[in-house]
Amino acid sequence: MPTPEHVVIIGNGVAGITAARHIRRISDKKITVISAESDYFFSRTALMYVYMGHMKWEHLKPYEDWFWEENRIELKKARVKKIETASKMLFLEAEEKMSYDKLILATGSVPRFLGIEGEDLSGVQGLVSKQDLELLEENTRKCRSAVIVGGGLIGVELAEMLHTRNIPVTMLIREKAFWQNALPLKDAQFISRHIESHGIKLMHETELKKINGQNGRVRSIETSSGEEIECDLLGISVGVKPNIAFLEGSEIETDRGILVDEYLQTNVSDIYAIGDCAQHREPIKGRKDIEAVWYTARMMGETVAQIICGKPFKYNPGNWFNSAKFFDIEYQTYGNVSANPEEDEQHFHWEHRDGTKAMTIAFDPASSTFLGINTYGIRMRHEVFDRWLTEKRDLEYVLRHLRQANFDPEFYDRHEKEIFSSFKENMMKPQT
Amino acid sequence: MSAAQHNMSLSGETSAKLSTTQKVATGLGWTGIFIFCLAFFNPELPPTFLWSALTFIALGVIIFANDQYLGKSAGVKNDGIWFRSMTARGILAWGTGIVLTLFYIVLYWFPQYLGYNPDGANSGLVALFDPLSRLISGQPASQWFVYGTLYTLAILTFGYKFLLKYRHNKYEVLRTYSVMFFQLGFAFLIPEILMRLNQPYFNPVNIWPLNYDLFAGYKLSEFFSAGNIGLLMLFFGLASIFVITPILTYFYGKRWYCSWVCGCGGLAETAGDPYRHLSDKSRSAWKFERYIIHTVLVLVVVMTIAVVYSFLNENPDQFWLDKNVFLLGSVAFLVLLFGLIFIFKRHRLARDAKKGAIISLSIVLAIIAVFYFSGMTYGYLLRQWYGFLIGAAFSGVIGVGFYPIFGNRVWCRFGCPMAAVLGMQQRLFSKFRITTNGGQCISCGNCSTYCEMGIDVRAYAQKGENIVRSSCVGCGICSAVCPRGVLKLENGSLHGRINSDAVLLGNDVDLLDLIREQKKATRDPHSSPFNS
Ligand SMILES: Cc1cc2nc3c(=O)[nH]c(=O)nc-3n(C[C@H](O)[C@H](O)[C@H](O)COP(=O)(O)OP(=O)(O)OC[C@H]3O[C@@H](n4cnc5c(N)ncnc54)[C@H](O)[C@@H]3O)c2cc1C
Ligand code: SF4
Ligand code: SF4
Repeated sequence: MPTPEHVVIIGNGVAGITAARHIRRISDKKITVISAESDYFFSRTALMYVYMGHMKWEHLKPYEDWFWEENRIELKKARVKKIETASKMLFLEAEEKMSYDKLILATGSVPRFLGIEGEDLSGVQGLVSKQDLELLEENTRKCRSAVIVGGGLIGVELAEMLHTRNIPVTMLIREKAFWQNALPLKDAQFISRHIESHGIKLMHETELKKINGQNGRVRSIETSSGEEIECDLLGISVGVKPNIAFLEGSEIETDRGILVDEYLQTNVSDIYAIGDCAQHREPIKGRKDIEAVWYTARMMGETVAQIICGKPFKYNPGNWFNSAKFFDIEYQTYGNVSANPEEDEQHFHWEHRDGTKAMTIAFDPASSTFLGINTYGIRMRHEVFDRWLTEKRDLEYVLRHLRQANFDPEFYDRHEKEIFSSFKENMMKPQT
Repeated sequence: MSAAQHNMSLSGETSAKLSTTQKVATGLGWTGIFIFCLAFFNPELPPTFLWSALTFIALGVIIFANDQYLGKSAGVKNDGIWFRSMTARGILAWGTGIVLTLFYIVLYWFPQYLGYNPDGANSGLVALFDPLSRLISGQPASQWFVYGTLYTLAILTFGYKFLLKYRHNKYEVLRTYSVMFFQLGFAFLIPEILMRLNQPYFNPVNIWPLNYDLFAGYKLSEFFSAGNIGLLMLFFGLASIFVITPILTYFYGKRWYCSWVCGCGGLAETAGDPYRHLSDKSRSAWKFERYIIHTVLVLVVVMTIAVVYSFLNENPDQFWLDKNVFLLGSVAFLVLLFGLIFIFKRHRLARDAKKGAIISLSIVLAIIAVFYFSGMTYGYLLRQWYGFLIGAAFSGVIGVGFYPIFGNRVWCRFGCPMAAVLGMQQRLFSKFRITTNGGQCISCGNCSTYCEMGIDVRAYAQKGENIVRSSCVGCGICSAVCPRGVLKLENGSLHGRINSDAVLLGNDVDLLDLIREQKKATRDPHSSPFNS
């Protein structure tokens, strides 16, 4: 019997594990997954729930431990230090080596820092890895107050986490409102209000200027407006960047991330990159070259599995969708709703009077084609919006059939009628 | 594991602490319980003590709940659950579990210690409840009256707490009003009032086989001697399981009973709510569940057939139904039922389910054959043992006593024969399912963690498959705690309800078609080593 091809995957995040599962389903290749962070695949998106006491670490594992052996997916806990592409050899820590036939890089992200002096003080940290979470436990043991820099998805999670431990939190947000580089202003303001209602102090249009330390620990920070704020913890959540430092000096071509073509292949044959660490040389129209979200990591994993098993599919994700939760408000988005729309995009915004539900629909004013939707506090059916986007439905159709797309639990209050009449009132009347 | 695990369980003191109000409320509740303990010493307490004890307990829970949830934003309230001793199998949980278990042991097997005296005046705790019992049924209390009162009090007060906790979720709110209503009206008041009217004790929503005594000899005699009302009750009991239950389960799934009506479910959902995350989600627990719950179902079927057989044997001339005709009729019914399931649903039955069904049916038929040929009546003996092992030890002592250790639905999941019947139907003939939302799942695990039935909801959601599991009681909590809006309980068309070849939405459509095909091809674990 010929020895099966050895596929080695670096990184046991959702990208790497999805690839491994799909390769296993359709082939008999030998599969090894190497990762330095944890023994088993865990859900990075759920780190916050461990800190908040909703779950224990074991609940973060999407598969039981028997899964890997039963499916002949070998797990190796180690850090890869170097890749020798000519000999197809990996060098692990402690002088270990491993050869591969096909290599998938799925090494994810690391927190981005600002390059300000004092970021190496203890008490200053980001939140991406299991180790970051452990550090946060340490750092908040006797924490009296915290500052978070950056109004993004990880920032709000951090704020919610600290809030459950009764630590007063101040957030510095560069934009006019929360996450306003991704959300239209009204949406962002709506979320800002909600976050503030939980007692989080938001400082909009404010940046971090200086970090003051004492005995090696952070003691206070200074903002761009000159204010000094005391804190024992400084959370940096201004985004993440691909985890590619260990590739330095290898043949593999990188820019901000690992450069891949439409078949997710790097410049070196038999080496692929997927997930947060991959940067697409030619991104699909309307998409970014690096998309650090769970869903695209998963889809790249699905795609690369087929490619490696002889079914060369181009990476071609469908309509954009995403989701998040800001304290009590769930957010879902389908299609494109730009933060700063140009003339070919117009928005209709609706808010419920109780301040916990809102919706923004984007459409093309010329053709009135539906472009995308942001919903807050109302769940929507992915399948329905995906179909409407593919079918290029017009705005009127979407509004008339909004009920079909509702995914709220049974007996919930419905708002379609109110939304529709609000739309009539605001958009249909002649612009004066 | 690593030091991290250690850290994580140590931390979070702040969110685990009780506020002053909560401490006072806890004190109030304990004062109520103290009065009950005092009654054990038989000091002949005046009725005011009963009223004040009940009031203290109710106020304690209500004040506690108000402090915990009122004035706070509405939303998921699971902060610190795994840090608190009471909800994370700490010392308080073990203590509570042991006290509850002891209470059940005394209640079932040593009611005299509670002061119950069937031959004369009650004393102790039971005597304390005499005034309330007299008020409702006109008779002195029994240990069961004491238990029923406390049970109802628990569902009402903890139901109130649950209502506050989930006030943002209308499904949860309505469902909780419903269990509170059925407990107070149907399970507690109606049977007692019937007694007052000299009618048989009858709780219309306690359906056979959960109510395993419904067809016991003494019960049948009671029904038959109560004239038309008795016959009506018997008729309603039969219709409940053979007509009403299948229809409602077809339209709504087993949830209509398990989390909207049933008293066991009612207690689990209210007083048991803080323990729902303790259920075991492992694959081995699931295997165990399927063995044991179907064994209980076999036992209750055999036991019931035996008691009716015994009854007919003892009263041969009283009824048109001959004991042997009854046995043969039962055989015919069971064979027909299984036959129809096999003919119409064979493609839905996994190999081990078929095997299990055939073995169960064979055992039941074999035992019936023994009755038939030996003519012996084991009815009383079987009933006694069933009552002891299943009715008392399993449903009471383990089922409720162990809430703080194994979670709140141990009985419903592993032991309840009614759940087994409803579950089979839910899996095979029902419009109910939990739909997963396209590709939105982030595998966070909140749903699985908070599923009281130990269903690994995430395992389905992260594959894009609907959840159609016989054990799902439709409590809706998985949907409530999901941070991404992935799960929706709904009743819909039978077509595509079980969609084990579904894929997650989002990727290239041709690629998804291919993956769907690949998934279909590897679905059968016997043809493929792949297990996901
Ligand atoms: C706190 C937080 C919350 C998030 N929430 C959401 C959300 O709600 N929705 C959403 O869409 N996205 C969310 N994301 C983003 C999402 O988690 C990521 O996009 C996704 O996990 C990326 O998966 P991946 O497989 O590419 O990489 P990762 O999950 O980062 O996995 C990479 C793994 O590779 C390992 N590794 C790296 N280099 C080496 C090496 N040299 N040797 C050995 N091992 C190595 C790393 O240790 C890591 O374990 C969140 C991210 C964070 C940090
Ligand atoms: S269904 Fe929801 S709660 Fe369950 S794992 Fe997925 S995102 Fe988490
Ligand atoms: S699957 Fe969901 S609805 Fe069903 S029992 Fe579990 S938590 Fe309740």
